[in-house]
Amino acid sequence: MIRFNSVRKTFGAKQVLDGFTLDIPDGQTTVLLGYSGTGKSVALKHIVGLLEPDEGSVEVDGRIVHEMSRGELTAMRASIGYVFQFSALFDSLSVADNISLGLREQRLPEDQIVRRVAASLERVGLADQGTRFPAELSGGMRKRVGIARAIALEPRYILYDEPTTGLDPVTSAVIDELMVRNKRELGVTGVVVTHDMRSAFAVADRIAMLYQGRVHLVGTVDEIRRTEDPLVRQFIEGRP
Amino acid sequence: MTDHLNRIGVAQLGFIRRTGRWAKDAAHAVSLVRTWGPLLALQMRRLGVDSIPIALFLAVFTGIVLALLASYIFTGAVPLYFVGALVAKTVMMELGPVLTGMALAGRVGANIAAELGTMKVTEQVDALETLAVDVHAYLVVPRVFAATLMFPVVTAMAVAVGVVSGWITATSLLDLSTPEFFKGVRQFYHFKDVWFGLLKSASFGAAISLMGALTGLRTQGGAEGVGRSTTRAVVLGCEAILVLDAFWALVLL
Ligand SMILES: Nc1ncnc2c1ncn2[C@@H]1O[C@H](COP(=O)(O)OP(=O)(O)OP(=O)(O)O)[C@@H](O)[C@H]1O
Ligand SMILES: [Mg+2]
Repeated sequence: MIRFNSVRKTFGAKQVLDGFTLDIPDGQTTVLLGYSGTGKSVALKHIVGLLEPDEGSVEVDGRIVHEMSRGELTAMRASIGYVFQFSALFDSLSVADNISLGLREQRLPEDQIVRRVAASLERVGLADQGTRFPAELSGGMRKRVGIARAIALEPRYILYDEPTTGLDPVTSAVIDELMVRNKRELGVTGVVVTHDMRSAFAVADRIAMLYQGRVHLVGTVDEIRRTEDPLVRQFIEGRP
Repeated sequence: MTDHLNRIGVAQLGFIRRTGRWAKDAAHAVSLVRTWGPLLALQMRRLGVDSIPIALFLAVFTGIVLALLASYIFTGAVPLYFVGALVAKTVMMELGPVLTGMALAGRVGANIAAELGTMKVTEQVDALETLAVDVHAYLVVPRVFAATLMFPVVTAMAVAVGVVSGWITATSLLDLSTPEFFKGVRQFYHFKDVWFGLLKSASFGAAISLMGALTGLRTQGGAEGVGRSTTRAVVLGCEAILVLDAFWALVLL
């Protein structure tokens, strides 16, 4: 279980998160919606301790992230896969080495690393691309390598930061399906940041709308579909 | 008044705590040999071996200029075999380490700052952290160790080439014979000259790579930020060389 307790975060004079409270239940996929620049990526970074809240706290499995010791933080990070908005692949490493780096750090035996790299590339449909370098891949392929890098850790949580933004509809649908399968077949708890409504409805169990630094509305997919809330309706329908 | 003292006390405590945490992080990173060990050879090649051409290029011209300069200063005043002494001593103790250091501050410092800065702004550094890889052990330690080990090697080569180029200049352009030149070299040679120069160059390597890595990791704001970090790393690296140069002269001479 991941839990945000009244998180406040400012950068200089800019207030980004302001009383952000949200529970992310296990075994489900929670989608975070919100306008560009409302702090969705900032919220995700708090979960893995890349950013520290000014006030409030983030809990992962009942432990406050910014109070964890080095060892606890390492263990927690090993249980969370993070798919970055712009993939953030290591461009000096091949696709296979991108995926194996985190596994090596966990000191898995070499044969198991090889097996996991192959299995995760297979899962994202890039089985024969292991020797290529990130610069040689298309945007959609990079996103899928980013997902493969996350699932290779066999994490309990995966945080997806705009996994389908900038992709064609078919590739987007492939990635949506991948996220659904990760939940169904691997039992992964997902947090998906997106402003792609089609993708949101395809993968979500719950949807939370972020507005002005806090959760404006949270509910199941059906609740969000039927809501009369003007802000959410405007966002869903894409009206100016 | 007490309020003021209090503030100073608080600021100092903060500084001590930060330094303490930094030292703990650094010690932890160095202890992760499994993370940085496999990367050391690659960095030694990239930062050290690949820097040899530019270092030797500089050394050749330093030797030529020193020989000509020495003969101009000494002619009619001091026996000409002193040219050998001046060339050898200044190349070993000062110009070899410092000019090599300056050249490598441009090459190595900029290279590290640009690479780590790009990794920072493209979130590759964040990605390392989320994969539970120690960023300092993976990115900083192998570069700093490689530079500290390789700068003396590159400098030693530059010193050798500088002396040889001074000797060739002295024998071919000046009225100096080979035995005379090396008489001057030997007469004033102390073993300390060599290790003094190499010790300095090791400290330059450590300082340049550390400046490059830390400014790189602190990069903010896209390609422009990477440019700023790179410039900053080179400037800081050159300043560090001058300060360390004076420091070692004060402490060891
Ligand atoms: N490290 C940082 N330093 C300073 N400001 C930051 C930093 N990270 C984020 N911000 C600011 O915080 C705000 C929210 O950023 P964030 O990346 O979370 O937006 P987002 O909701 O993910 O938007 P998008 O949908 O465009 O990705 C932005 O105004 C951004 O400029
Ligand atoms: Mg974002």
